[in-house]
Amino acid sequence: MKAFLILEDGTVFQGKAIGACKDAVSEIVFNTSMAGYLEVLTDPSYAGQAVCMTYPLIGNYGICMEDMESARPWLDGFIVRELSRKPSNFRSDMDIQDFLVKHDIPGIEGIDTRALTKRLRDRGTMNGMITVNESYDLPDVLARLKEYRVTGVVDRVTCQKKYTIPGIKRLEENGPVSGSDISRTHERKAPSMIRRLNGAGKRVALLDFGEKNNIVRSLQKRGCDVTVYPAFTKAEEILKEKPDGIMLSNGPGDPKECKEAIQEIKKLYDADVPIFAICLGHQLMALAAGADTHKMKYGHRGGNHPVKDLETGRVYISSQNHGYVVDVEHLDQKIAVPAFVNVNDGTNEGLSYQGKNIFTVQFHPEACPGPQDSGYLFDRFISMMEVAKDA
Amino acid sequence: MPKNPDVKKVLVIGSGPIVIGQAAEFDYAGTQACRSLREEGVEVVLINSNPATIMTDGDIADRVYIEPLTVEVLEQLIEKEKPDSILPNMGGQAGLNLGMELEESGFLASHHVKLLGTTAETIRKAEDRQAFKDTMEAIGEPCAPSKVVESIEEGIAFTNTIGYPVVLRPAYTLGGSGGGIAHNQMQLEEILENGLRLSRVGQVLVERCIAGWKEIEYEVMRDSAGNVITVCNMENLDPVGVHTGDSIVVAPSQTLGDKEYQMLRTAALNIISALDITGGCNVQFALHPESFEYCVIEVNPRVSRSSALASKATGYPIAKVAAKIALGYTLDEITNAVTKKTFASFEPALDYCVVKIPRLPFDKFLTARRTLTTQMKATGEVMSICTNFEGALMKAIRSLEQHTESLRSYDFTAMTQEELLERLKTVDDLRIYIIAEALRKGASQDAIHDVTKIDLWFIDKIAILTQMEHRLETEPLTEELLKEAKRMEFPDCVIAQLSGRTEAQIKQMRREQDIKAAFKMVDTCAAEFASATPYYYSCFDGENEAIITSSEVKKKVLVLGSGPIRIGQGVEFDYCSVHATWAFAKAGYETIIVNNNPETVSTDFDIADKLYFEPLTPEDVENIVDLEKPDGAVVQFGGQTAIKLTKSLMEMGVPILGTKAEDVDAAEDRELFDKILEDTKIPRAAGGTVYTAEEAKEVANRLGYPVLVRPSYVLGGQGMQIAISDQEIEEFMAVINRYAQEHPILIDKYLMGKELEVDAVCDGNDILIPGIMEHVERTGVHSGDSISVYPAHTIGDQVKETIVEYSGRLAKALHVKGLINIQFIVMNDEVYVIEVNPRSSRTVPYISKVTGIPIVELAVGVILGKTIRELGYEPGLQKDAGYMAIKMPVFSFEKIRGAEISLGPEMKSTGECLGIAADFNEALYKAFIGAGIDLPKHKQVIITVKDADKGEAIGIGRRFEKLGYTIYATRSTAAALREAGINARKVNKIQQESPTVMDLILGHRIDLVIDTPTQGRDKSRDGFLIRRTAIETGITCLTSLDTAKALLTSLEAKEKQRELTLIDISKINR
Repeated sequence: MKAFLILEDGTVFQGKAIGACKDAVSEIVFNTSMAGYLEVLTDPSYAGQAVCMTYPLIGNYGICMEDMESARPWLDGFIVRELSRKPSNFRSDMDIQDFLVKHDIPGIEGIDTRALTKRLRDRGTMNGMITVNESYDLPDVLARLKEYRVTGVVDRVTCQKKYTIPGIKRLEENGPVSGSDISRTHERKAPSMIRRLNGAGKRVALLDFGEKNNIVRSLQKRGCDVTVYPAFTKAEEILKEKPDGIMLSNGPGDPKECKEAIQEIKKLYDADVPIFAICLGHQLMALAAGADTHKMKYGHRGGNHPVKDLETGRVYISSQNHGYVVDVEHLDQKIAVPAFVNVNDGTNEGLSYQGKNIFTVQFHPEACPGPQDSGYLFDRFISMMEVAKDA
Repeated sequence: MPKNPDVKKVLVIGSGPIVIGQAAEFDYAGTQACRSLREEGVEVVLINSNPATIMTDGDIADRVYIEPLTVEVLEQLIEKEKPDSILPNMGGQAGLNLGMELEESGFLASHHVKLLGTTAETIRKAEDRQAFKDTMEAIGEPCAPSKVVESIEEGIAFTNTIGYPVVLRPAYTLGGSGGGIAHNQMQLEEILENGLRLSRVGQVLVERCIAGWKEIEYEVMRDSAGNVITVCNMENLDPVGVHTGDSIVVAPSQTLGDKEYQMLRTAALNIISALDITGGCNVQFALHPESFEYCVIEVNPRVSRSSALASKATGYPIAKVAAKIALGYTLDEITNAVTKKTFASFEPALDYCVVKIPRLPFDKFLTARRTLTTQMKATGEVMSICTNFEGALMKAIRSLEQHTESLRSYDFTAMTQEELLERLKTVDDLRIYIIAEALRKGASQDAIHDVTKIDLWFIDKIAILTQMEHRLETEPLTEELLKEAKRMEFPDCVIAQLSGRTEAQIKQMRREQDIKAAFKMVDTCAAEFASATPYYYSCFDGENEAIITSSEVKKKVLVLGSGPIRIGQGVEFDYCSVHATWAFAKAGYETIIVNNNPETVSTDFDIADKLYFEPLTPEDVENIVDLEKPDGAVVQFGGQTAIKLTKSLMEMGVPILGTKAEDVDAAEDRELFDKILEDTKIPRAAGGTVYTAEEAKEVANRLGYPVLVRPSYVLGGQGMQIAISDQEIEEFMAVINRYAQEHPILIDKYLMGKELEVDAVCDGNDILIPGIMEHVERTGVHSGDSISVYPAHTIGDQVKETIVEYSGRLAKALHVKGLINIQFIVMNDEVYVIEVNPRSSRTVPYISKVTGIPIVELAVGVILGKTIRELGYEPGLQKDAGYMAIKMPVFSFEKIRGAEISLGPEMKSTGECLGIAADFNEALYKAFIGAGIDLPKHKQVIITVKDADKGEAIGIGRRFEKLGYTIYATRSTAAALREAGINARKVNKIQQESPTVMDLILGHRIDLVIDTPTQGRDKSRDGFLIRRTAIETGITCLTSLDTAKALLTSLEAKEKQRELTLIDISKINR
């Protein structure tokens, strides 16, 4: 069936409908990861957006349920050049078409995704509509697109009740280290790079603004017990449990919209509990500490951006997904200093808070999809909790 | 970290002659590295024995030595040039081994020379099997159970503990030379014996066979600060078991999920870090198709064929960045040359699919086994880029220039489904065509997967293509269907065949329906950032983004490249294409290169103003022409590939710059050419043109045997043979007529004499001849396989004058504007013309370098309307350069099981090296050393010649005896030698009782085998076996007595023990 993607600037792409047959009005963004489409689909940070994959062949290895980053896909629409008709992977549970239908996600294939990407790059992120209605009324659609705003998305994706996931007790439960032990077992376990249970016994509170499962997994695999709290949780409720550390998760939307959460984070900032924040969490902490954020022209979404750790001078390839960024120019250096910077465009990628056990990053050390290079930051967080406890 | 100020003068080691497993990719890498170093103000001293390369040009390095790549020569060079550093990781395994040997011997330390880019410890950890395994174990990266063995007994004992089959890999060899898979003890013994001998350190790795697993590669970069990135990952369509150089490879990987992708990526980064590599590195993994189990197959701590492929596939210049890293820069300090906005620490993101297909030489070696194993056999490769896999595969197939247009180009229709599935058990280069036929015959994808282990995703893609074939055959050709077929890159000619129309009709339909190719940019970042690099590929499902400049501002020239490297059309033509491009740019033209070879300099994105990475077929070139509307095209620099496009280009209305198409035709067309010879009063061997075997026999009998049989319009003597009987004529004609011949086949009287050759530039009036080259071997051996001597030293002035005179007459009669190559025979002081090629030839780089006359530039000058005089040269034969320069052919016979090695009219060499010196003997000695023939070792030689050669063999025998050689000879040769008073020991023929000639060869104490096969094609199984065994056990085997005499001359000169003089050829200037 024919499908159309209509952009705010009046551009229309014609392709074929995939997934659910329904209209979707959304913010259109592109992601340059060459693998990991399922992780993108199930990343709650995409709530309110439709994602265009720049890699043209999508669905090649089907859907491996155990790789999902949340219980369901959160994005509004999926835009690809070619959807594979043959999923081929030993773990594949279904093909991507059935997955999209099952979760009622509409999409479009067979369009020039590179041309779309170039438009988004040149004109900035735009709203768009995916529709199967051949007789759409363009002025009407454009009016709707101009109206559209991504709002209330954190409320949509956060968990409704707190819950606790115990840390693993023995390293072997993690599965193999870097594949070496798999050679002997033949088990279908996911690989892991974790070599030490340095977080054993630590209790971490994770504030869920749309967290990806691998944040919990990364802590759990290091031995931490993780309690996940809904985004609307009061600071007092978290602090009364006396966690060893607090994590602020990634999530969708404009950070400035989360006014209540920012208030609560201010309280967390004042308490002397070590805090590690990722992506939206990083932006919320910055806002709580009095800094500002702004929307980027078209953001960073992919698995290939180099970020420099300003403390060591080392450069790491990172997984990225953000459309907003912390404004370092108006940052009070007495409160926080840049800890990471994007090598390409010099934008801020992380902050270190002065006199506090707090560090935050814009990128995704939990990867999934993308490089695992900055996974060491979870270890840094654990060391921070260690030091704080000793003090 | 900024640049290290201590590095001021760097010695770069090249990879030497082109052989299978070490080809043009190192010219690409070396050239890029040299340019990258000089950008930083570093003085570059270059050594490479290969004169055909671009890197050995005076404008690439400050000092250029085309000298043998041996430890002794390098030591001498270091003493002479006193570099402070040496960069060994650009010259393939050859360069790395040399760097390692210099370091280990303490020579570098004692001369205060640093190894850049790598350390000896790193090389050892990556290359020494046991050290590598220990390192991998220490960081928890799995290797297949394996053991390094140094004897056959040890190998058998270990294999008995892990079970058959096992993979065998000799340490320190190239392209998996001497390796293989053993399924039983007999095979194990055979491969082990060979492998132990070929290994520089006498070691072979015996390893659990993981054949059938997915083969995945990562190209990784690391700087001195420890920053690591992956440039690209690649997946082999052919599972483990086929050398990656012989596999169809796709980038990026297609069947790995993020979990597998990142697991292997992290492992690759851990490995490069553990090996402490600074620069580029290639890591190969085997991944179990049904679990996360994987193992590391191999690591190459240097630039490689794969890194060249990755560079072209992504736009990330690995060699350039590696050179900068060697100087001390970190990845975040090096700008990405494509985007100019991002940095070298940014991992490329692809938004297209890349397919590489190897170019295998089985069309040259009809007797060779086509089976693909862990021993690489490909001479070159093609790459293609498209927005979908089907399209990329189709484009790559037609780039191969092996009469392949689609998956139907090899006909297996006569076979049943069962037979096809059975046939698939043999892994060879025809596998994808057989899979396609099996699918057409209704075989299930699972059944094909069970036999081949090829991932179902790829098999399904082939099925999509065969389903499209079926639709085109059976359905009405609607706009929709045509669009879809073009999206998958079905060429018009194939659509025409399938739909029962003509190609012109399809083209017309496309015009009417506006179905045309669009060009997309390779930009390293999937369009995330705006890039300025004009590196394009075509697709049929998108908007065009190629920026078309107006030719009013700058005239535009289309330079057609030479496609994949194969025997007969090697890196020489890339040299010519690149130099022509530079010369046009200098003259103010906008240059546009079209080529499909990822290994070459011409497909580097900063050589021309625009690069179109496309197949070189008329339709593909027309897509570019329609868009760019060039002011002209040059075809004379890109070998036969480009020449073949002449007619089509003219039909498209593109003016051919330089020599006109009809004049090119006149040189190839027998009747037209005879007319010219008659007019210019130049003699040639009598002959005739034929189409059928019957006609051929008639002509042959009229001329009298022996005769030369050859198709017209070919390079490298493809299909050329000397026939001595009607029976042979029939056989050769059958081979040639395997493909329908557009042009007649030529039958000439075979004249045996001295062969001479000139490359010249003609401005339509005057001719400039940089020098005359003389072949050591008599006529009958292809010029590309002959030792070539400049200046010709055994001919008199009279003959020289005649050659100059004839060359001038021919060039003028053919209205040559640009380059011309002419081959002559001199017999009894009479000069005959053999053939004339009004285009560049394989000797152009060699003659340019040794004479210091840049003939490609001059050719472009005359093409653009200048005369030779206006270009500052006096016409005629130029005076000698003051050096003897000898070009020595280099072969890769040991890599091609079953290939006939005897030399004949069909070219067989894969590369060449140069010997240059003030006197002939030293030059000859250098040339032999450069080709790896370094004698004496054991001072034992086997001589077995055909009856006609017995007389000449006596002189040869006598000279070997005088050098202290023990001579072995087969019965009749021995008798002839003994009769002449030479103490030759008689050995038995193979089927006689031991010890036979075979036992002698396998005894590993023989320096040399001289075996001249009976005239024409040798039918004797004996001779063939002797030659093959000699080659496979690493013994030099000569099949021409002229070559043997030259070798003797060189050995005799060596006896006088003189130090070599090293010559900086960048200083040869006039």
